[in-house]
Amino acid sequence: MNDAQKPALLAVQGVTKAYPGVVANSDVSFSIREGEVHALLGENGAGKSTLVKMIYGLVQPDAGAMELRGVPYAPADPRAARAAGVGMVFQHFSLFEALNVAENVALGMENPPKLRALAQAIRDVSTEYGLPLDPGRMVGDLSAGERQRVEIIRCLLQSPKLLIMDEPTSVLTPQEVEILFKTLRQLAAEGTAILYISHKLEEIRSLCDEATILRRGKVVDTCTPREKTARELAEMMVGAVLTPPARSGGAKGAVALQVAGLSVDSPIPFGTSLKDISFAVRRGEVLGIAGVAGNGQDELLLALSGEVRTARDAVQIDGVGIGDQGPNERRRAGLVAAPEERLGHAAAPDMTLVENALLSGAVRQGLVRRGFIDWAAAKGFAQTIVRDFDVRTPSTGVAARALSGGNLQKFVIGRELSQSPGVIVINQPTWGVDASAAAAIRQAILDRAAAGAAVVCISQDLDELLEIADNFAALNEGRLSAQRPVQGLSIEEIGLMMGGAHGMEVAHHGP
Amino acid sequence: MDLSAINPAVLVASLMMAAVPIILAAIGELVVEKSGVLNLGVEGMMIIGAVCGFVVAVKTGSPFVGFLGGAAGGAGLSLIFALLTQVLLANQVATGLALTLFGLGLSSLLGQGFNGIKPPATGKVPMGPLADIPGVGPVLFQHNLGVYLSIAVIAAVWWGLKYSRMGLILRAVGENHDAAHALGYKVVRIRIAAILFGGAMAGLGGAYISLVRVPQWTDGITAGAGWIALAIVVFASWRPWRVLIGAYLFGGITVLQLNLQVANVPIPVEYLSMAPYLITILVLVIMSSGRGRAAAAPAALGQNFHASR
Repeated sequence: MNDAQKPALLAVQGVTKAYPGVVANSDVSFSIREGEVHALLGENGAGKSTLVKMIYGLVQPDAGAMELRGVPYAPADPRAARAAGVGMVFQHFSLFEALNVAENVALGMENPPKLRALAQAIRDVSTEYGLPLDPGRMVGDLSAGERQRVEIIRCLLQSPKLLIMDEPTSVLTPQEVEILFKTLRQLAAEGTAILYISHKLEEIRSLCDEATILRRGKVVDTCTPREKTARELAEMMVGAVLTPPARSGGAKGAVALQVAGLSVDSPIPFGTSLKDISFAVRRGEVLGIAGVAGNGQDELLLALSGEVRTARDAVQIDGVGIGDQGPNERRRAGLVAAPEERLGHAAAPDMTLVENALLSGAVRQGLVRRGFIDWAAAKGFAQTIVRDFDVRTPSTGVAARALSGGNLQKFVIGRELSQSPGVIVINQPTWGVDASAAAAIRQAILDRAAAGAAVVCISQDLDELLEIADNFAALNEGRLSAQRPVQGLSIEEIGLMMGGAHGMEVAHHGP
Repeated sequence: MDLSAINPAVLVASLMMAAVPIILAAIGELVVEKSGVLNLGVEGMMIIGAVCGFVVAVKTGSPFVGFLGGAAGGAGLSLIFALLTQVLLANQVATGLALTLFGLGLSSLLGQGFNGIKPPATGKVPMGPLADIPGVGPVLFQHNLGVYLSIAVIAAVWWGLKYSRMGLILRAVGENHDAAHALGYKVVRIRIAAILFGGAMAGLGGAYISLVRVPQWTDGITAGAGWIALAIVVFASWRPWRVLIGAYLFGGITVLQLNLQVANVPIPVEYLSMAPYLITILVLVIMSSGRGRAAAAPAALGQNFHASR
């Protein structure tokens, strides 16, 4: 049967949703046919999440209507949506770490069978689709890829007609992504429609049949992703022409950061301990560290920033051991760090930008004199950051939590980069940041490196690392792979460095 | 010093009785905390339960109706907590502490004119011939309803949390309220129900003190039992049967130290009086230490939930 002849499964007509101060969706219309893989494209804040939340019944639209198989569809809550055959795999926050796999699956079902029967069903379905899972394990002990399998299996057990996937591959290795795609194509061939949200344009080009592009809550375009290049798709999303960051091929200097035999127990519940990590970064060099979430990235940042202390010589700056010293001593020695979590780790949410600038800049910028705060200098420092990094804020007196994610990210990254550091450690520099802000942040990192800083950039975004890093290594279960120059590295090789497919296998479920 | 006056059978029987108020309050609080809410107002809900139970029992002449009154009183006070923290999103720690202070004051007001009165007696559960078994009979089968009820509640909560769907949802809400909400569970409603259950159990425990254990009404009659219940929940690692062990330990040492005082043991009275608190917490700390994540609190404990976006 030709694709165009298949009946429409879900039709969304003129849906509008407004929140105080922002219109999340304005007159959005699109439709999905049975067995179609449909991409929703857009930057952060374009309204993708709100739209799928309305389809899944988490949010009620202010205006507009939806039809499922020609019947009016207005789910009052997710249970109604599930009953109607709509399943959703969340990007995060829908699993319970202290409960086991079977219990997690049961919570997402309307009338789950007894736990023992459910456990058997989980084993059956998971091997059928090549996503093996042990129903008795605690979710907190699972890898990110395995957690996602839990979510997918939870949906598959209810044989959904429409499966919504919100950024499903952000936590997977390239091999795992390939297996996931095989599973999804298998489902689509069986008639399940898939609504797929992702920032990864190459993935969308290889997987999706149709795409709807959102910008500031409105549908701005539709297209067939296969017929476009990734660059064209990105420019449709942003509505502007993008320029990739320029890198200078300058000579590298002496080793500035040396890590030798670093082993640390994780201070985080369900965290990953670091095992015998060694690497060296020279002045002017960017080391990109990849890895699937939860393989020790957070712990590595803590050990490098000084929040977790180690043996003196495990971490050395310019040949001096500082492993047993705290963050302030390390700042004095020239190391600055920007953690992944913006609110609560990088910045104190309820404190002003000036206070937040002071908190990390006090040592290197000399903002404290004889135990007293030099507010004028702190304010000047904050204003410099706001100006240099194009942070959009009414003033430096507003609380950090009042800034949007991208703006706050520019502020906290800018705060560290502005301290003329010798060593920079950054975890997820552009996490949840829109494309133009991400480009600005990457350029700023490259500029610092060109000025002679040694940079360690931890990221789950492979494209980002390939863009800015000179050398590449991957974290896998707390161990760091050998370093490889980025030039000439293939995605396939990167995937193997990240730990391959973690025991997944291709779906052997016959149609 | 005369230790021969201490009869082990009587000791065990009376420790079971002494532990009832703490068991009831603690198991109620355990359910509340499993749902992710930290209600520090247990002491206040207990004493309101004590005075309400006492007043209702005296007025109606029925201890059974009195217990119901106590449970209703505790649940009523906890409703204030529920409204403040779940609807108005007030800070749970501050609200809980205020609830205790409010409960202590209000109970003193309600109890005016009831000092020195004897409440109607609560009878033992007739166990027939079982009660006459030598040794076992006096220990296990000569108690009033409260003792059996407290054990039954522990068993029911254990079973419910572990095996029932309701228990699974309750744990899920306490573990990650955002995820529970995303799956379509009514976080606030579930938590309010848990808070009311906790309040009713604390009230029941309080009524047991004023109607059975003491039995009369005086100001401040609960004497910190609510705080011990709170500590037991934490050190029992949120496990129902450990709550029972902790409460019996506390009750046992309380009864034992009274007996030791009577027997003129050459230990200063002050040390004997503090022994139950010290030993119970010490033992539970040792039991709950070194188990890593398994002993940890519900992940969302004490965090307010507000459905945004």
